[in-house]
Amino acid sequence: MRILVVEDDRDVAGFVVRGLKETGHVVEHAENGRDGLFMAASENFDAIVLDRMLPGGIDGLKILETLRAQKNAVPVMILSALADVDERVKGLKAGGDDYLTKPFAFAELLARVEALGRRGKAEATQTKLVVEDLELDLLSRQVRRAGQKIDLQPREFRLLEYLMRHAGQVVTRTMLLEGVWDYHFDPQTNVIDVHVSRLRQKVDKPFPVPLIHTVRYAGYMLRAEGAV
Amino acid sequence: MIETGLFRSAGFRFGLVYAILLTISAAALAMFLWWFTAGLLDRQTASAIRADAQGLIERFDEGGIEGLVGTIEDRLAANVDDDAIYLLVDSNMNRIAGNLDTWPSIVDKPGEWRQFQVRRTGMRSLALVYRYELPDGYHLLVGRDVQVRVQLGNLLTDALIWAVAIVLAMATAGAVIVRSLFRRTVANVSATAAAIAAGDFAQRVKVSGRGDEFDQLAEVINDMLDRIGRLMDGVRQVSNAIAHDLRTPITRARARLEEAARNAHSNADLHAAIDRATIDLDGIVAVFQALLRIAEIEAGSRRASFRRVDIVTAVEGVADLYGAVAEEKGVTLAVTHPQRLEINGDAALIQQAVANLVDNAVKFSPEHGAVNVSATMEGRRIRMTVTDQGPGIPEEDRSRATERFYRGDAARGTPGSGLGLALVQAVAYLHGGVLRLEDAKPGLRAVLDLAPAEEVDG
Repeated sequence: MRILVVEDDRDVAGFVVRGLKETGHVVEHAENGRDGLFMAASENFDAIVLDRMLPGGIDGLKILETLRAQKNAVPVMILSALADVDERVKGLKAGGDDYLTKPFAFAELLARVEALGRRGKAEATQTKLVVEDLELDLLSRQVRRAGQKIDLQPREFRLLEYLMRHAGQVVTRTMLLEGVWDYHFDPQTNVIDVHVSRLRQKVDKPFPVPLIHTVRYAGYMLRAEGAV
Repeated sequence: MIETGLFRSAGFRFGLVYAILLTISAAALAMFLWWFTAGLLDRQTASAIRADAQGLIERFDEGGIEGLVGTIEDRLAANVDDDAIYLLVDSNMNRIAGNLDTWPSIVDKPGEWRQFQVRRTGMRSLALVYRYELPDGYHLLVGRDVQVRVQLGNLLTDALIWAVAIVLAMATAGAVIVRSLFRRTVANVSATAAAIAAGDFAQRVKVSGRGDEFDQLAEVINDMLDRIGRLMDGVRQVSNAIAHDLRTPITRARARLEEAARNAHSNADLHAAIDRATIDLDGIVAVFQALLRIAEIEAGSRRASFRRVDIVTAVEGVADLYGAVAEEKGVTLAVTHPQRLEINGDAALIQQAVANLVDNAVKFSPEHGAVNVSATMEGRRIRMTVTDQGPGIPEEDRSRATERFYRGDAARGTPGSGLGLALVQAVAYLHGGVLRLEDAKPGLRAVLDLAPAEEVDG
């Protein structure tokens, strides 16, 4: 993916840029609002990581509003120390696709940016998700693996659906909480792990090859054997 | 502070208005009284003189000068009060009849009232007369002795003037009293405010106990001060807690990093130390976020985004999220609720409050214990209870359990920041509700009491 990082703090920017490059992305970096706006408007990116408070008279939200006013639909992840619910709402209203507050774990940022970058390409009218021998039918709400029917609770079905839609990508616990349960706070207890482990019991355990993998320090990934 | 410049003082203005109103009403009353007493006497005298003169002129028309003279003498003789005054003169001003010796020089033209001093039967007196012209050059003077009436009138007038003067004096005194009352009341509030501004936050506006408007004002101000006091205590508590409870993990993380930098013998050691320190820092960040969220809730700004929220949806969602965890622990999580229970509120916060309560209950439940979550309508309130069979909280600690960073003895061995119940309490307050912790014997029952949507709307 080609990613633009607009961030004025050298350390944070260096950390993000290096991390993204290491995971195989092409990264451009802008240090202030003016350069950020110029680059975002004149070049094509798959995703933009945008700090809110920037020097140079143009802050993150202004960049975002300008881009959206020009009908530029590039996925934007806002990265900000402003963590209030109202600030988050403000960021999303201005056209942000996701909002991550500082401080953050790089794994979280990476997982979310990759999810954003691919979202644009996902077919909207899919009725069936398939990974290896696992099939999930969105219309009949049935799950089969190797032709065998698997009975899932409604919530387990949605959890599996989320993992399959993000197949091959890291999905963090926070993303699952937000995407499957619509919870926007950290429940401290390992509730997500328990749900995933129950899903594994049904989807992976009876079969020789596991599909749901735990990614250390990050979260989970559903992927076909051999694929990375 | 009270402004002492006379015209800039609100107390003075109130006093002045009081004095002016009182004086105007007293003067109006005095004039009314005068009109119906002294004024009435004057008007009666004048009409009596007119009627008298009318009769005499008719006699003159019928019986000529002799008839008139006879009538005057008859009337004088019949006048028991001895207050009638007549004088009939010819064209040369020579007296023909009547009880005055000479024509008074002051009565120089007809058609006007005249009042003058006369000497009658050796006594000085006051006469009110009217002059009439008769045919053949005769002049007729008809009048009354008004000495007594004038005296009475003067007496009345004097009394009324004095009354007005006394009222004026009383108004002034009253104005001074009103002003000082006003100043004293304002000074009460003002002195309290000044003391608080100077740092003595324990001061409160004195309440007189009369329950009047000033008492109501004082109570409102005191309530406001209490609320500010609570918020300030909260801030103080948080800063103390931050100093105490965050120093520990920060110190730990720092020590680990420094230790690793100095003594790590292998890359693996170094990585392990860094990972541990990162986990510590994440914990610190989580505590910060929880603290900020509580502060945000307590500030009340979320109220602007209140809308209808179904408690049942929140309860079911949380039960769904924690059901798996409970099952894993062998804890049964039972939920009872009606179809819908709506409040006016913030869905995310309600969700989080319910989640915190259920999280606690599951966390402290013994193996094979039961956690009961119920949402019901109790009278005009919505009651949500979460009951567990865990160790509970001893009664003496229950009031402190909702303080930030409070961790009961039973919680020592479990993960957590001690902010969960503080957040639930803040959410309850924000929604005009209360959080109560009760003894479920055994275990803890957390009761969240909320107002249903209609009530909050009204």
